[in-house]
Amino acid sequence: MIEAVGLTKRFGAKTAVDQLSFQVRPGHVTGFLGPNGSGKSTTMRMILGLDQPTSGQVTINGRPFRELGNAQRNVGALLDAKAVHGGRRARTHLLSIAQLSGIPEKRVDEVLAVVGLQDVARRRTKGFSLGMGQRLGIATALLGDPRVLLFDEPVNGLDPEGILWVRNLMRQLASEGRTVFVSSHLMSEMALTADHLIVIGRGRLLADMGTQEFIAHNSAGFARVRAAGNDQDGRKALAAALTAAGGRVLQEPDGALRVTGLELPHISDLAHGVGVRLWELSPHRASLEEAYMRMTQSSVEYTSTEDPRAELWEPDPLALPAWEDGAAAPEVPQDGFFAPPPPGAGGKPFLMPGSAAELAGTAGTAPNNPEDTR
Amino acid sequence: MTGPATLPDQPPEQDPPLPETRPHLGHALASEWTKMVSVRSTLWTLGALVLLVVGIGLLAVGETNDPTGFTNPPHTAAAVFGLLVGQVAVIVLGVLTVTSEYATGLIRTTLTAAPDRARVLTAKYLVFAAVAFTVVSASVAVVGIASMIAVDSPQAHQTAGEWLAALTGCLYITLLGVLGLAIGAVVRHSAGAIAVMLGLVTLPPVVGGMLTMWDSLTPLGNLIIRYNAPVAIMQMFGLPTSEVGGLPGNWAQLALIVAVAGAAVAGSYAVVGRRDV
Ligand SMILES: Nc1ncnc2c1ncn2[C@@H]1O[C@H](COP(=O)(O)OP(=O)(O)OP(=O)(O)O)[C@@H](O)[C@H]1O
Ligand SMILES: [Mg+2]
Repeated sequence: MIEAVGLTKRFGAKTAVDQLSFQVRPGHVTGFLGPNGSGKSTTMRMILGLDQPTSGQVTINGRPFRELGNAQRNVGALLDAKAVHGGRRARTHLLSIAQLSGIPEKRVDEVLAVVGLQDVARRRTKGFSLGMGQRLGIATALLGDPRVLLFDEPVNGLDPEGILWVRNLMRQLASEGRTVFVSSHLMSEMALTADHLIVIGRGRLLADMGTQEFIAHNSAGFARVRAAGNDQDGRKALAAALTAAGGRVLQEPDGALRVTGLELPHISDLAHGVGVRLWELSPHRASLEEAYMRMTQSSVEYTSTEDPRAELWEPDPLALPAWEDGAAAPEVPQDGFFAPPPPGAGGKPFLMPGSAAELAGTAGTAPNNPEDTR
Repeated sequence: MTGPATLPDQPPEQDPPLPETRPHLGHALASEWTKMVSVRSTLWTLGALVLLVVGIGLLAVGETNDPTGFTNPPHTAAAVFGLLVGQVAVIVLGVLTVTSEYATGLIRTTLTAAPDRARVLTAKYLVFAAVAFTVVSASVAVVGIASMIAVDSPQAHQTAGEWLAALTGCLYITLLGVLGLAIGAVVRHSAGAIAVMLGLVTLPPVVGGMLTMWDSLTPLGNLIIRYNAPVAIMQMFGLPTSEVGGLPGNWAQLALIVAVAGAAVAGSYAVVGRRDV
């Protein structure tokens, strides 16, 4: 169990982590998400006692990291795959870390086998590929067979097979009752790996809830409807009928419609009612990526601007036709390809813990706290 | 590159469990030793040191193998020429012992595995000092013994006191390396720390000489000329130092470096203990 209370870190004028309170519970893979520079690595360094918090505190199983009796037996971490001396051989590197806690040499060979580096164990790490470096970092984290594991972007640079392996490893570690806290920018991967999510933006907590709940609250599945022959009149009539029936409609550049708030059979009936044939009526499940993008839109710090050369291209954004009610539109990012927000979400686009104190307290009892399904 | 997706941790009844007890300095010493012997920079710096001291030392022995030529200084004095250059190798090794961890980011891995920073730092000092002192004094011994065998002169001598003085000189050079390690731990950059140390070792004779140009600063200048690394080393190895008269004794020189290195070491504990890594 990792518990942060009011964790704050300032670097000069820059507040990297701002009043962050959360709990990472054992038996789950907890994903740690946030845009670049949102403070994920800084938070992890504070958990590991490497950086001193400006205020607030973070404990592991009730004690600050630096007061744990045998750190490696309690906590294993992968912070940076490149954090090795390139001139040292992989096995010697692991051995030197293992010796710090008196971990026997045999364990070094075990973890090398676990991460699949046994064949390159005696090579200098300078020549390692990015993925091999990640595996070595994961091996370092596993050395002490710890109860709590932190991984900062562990799948960065891994091949698809390696990504699958890390996913299974995380899930297995969690199923053994360990606490697994993992940051990543690969949303599709996180959706498959993490049961619980902690999302931060600009150092502040944005969400702390189960993955499925997060997706459900922050995005919606939609139906894509395409009128036959892309005929303008039919599409307009259909859109009007769908809107009248309580659905929300957005037009895609190629003329297809995105519809939320209506079941597929209902859409089909309505199309039949206005005499429009359909070429496509397909369900689209909401993705974590979409939910994440919607939530973190406003807290992205390092956004790219358009390359001026892009103006040579004809922009073709999601058109906002006349029937779309303008008031609801702003929630849809103008330049992204998103579904309209789910009608149910109303003015509260995502579920937020009421206050830091609520999280800090017994999480299960806080009324507004989006507890996981345990 | 295929890893089995299972962890061979839980099942084994035959395996002794991993130790749960609080790790102690001995563990950190073992780790430091592994680190020290597993990188090439150790080989390069210590190899250079041995080559310089023994190589130049044996050349010097050969040159002085003349019954009348090798009069005053003891046998170990032949090692001093190599040492004056070789001390740089010791300093570089001391600096790299800690800055290589900062440069690569390894320090974060180390301090995550061993949050007691003082334990890690102490192990670094002890392992480095032991290795440096052993190699320096072994090289000096080789030169001294070679000289005793080769130089056949009634005036040639090496009393127990002179052996001890030479050993003090080896300790002095080791402490220069310890000072380098301490400065490396504080500034965290290899080049910066090495530059500071080279300045500390090479500039005092020059600066001291310049200060004597002003009357009011002459006492200070003379002090600096008498107390600095090259002079101390030459003196401890029994070479006649032609500088200002009334040179301090070996123990005064040693006390000075102990004080300076000690202060830097204390400072490094304070800084490393509190600072963010
Ligand atoms: N040692 C430091 N000194 C000054 N500023 C720092 C330091 N470490 C981090 N920061 C700043 O704190 C902020 C958070 O950085 P952090 O590395 O924690 O972000 P992150 O969420 O891990 O980003 P990414 O997804 O890119 O890894 C950034 O603006 C960064 O510039
Ligand atoms: Mg980061």
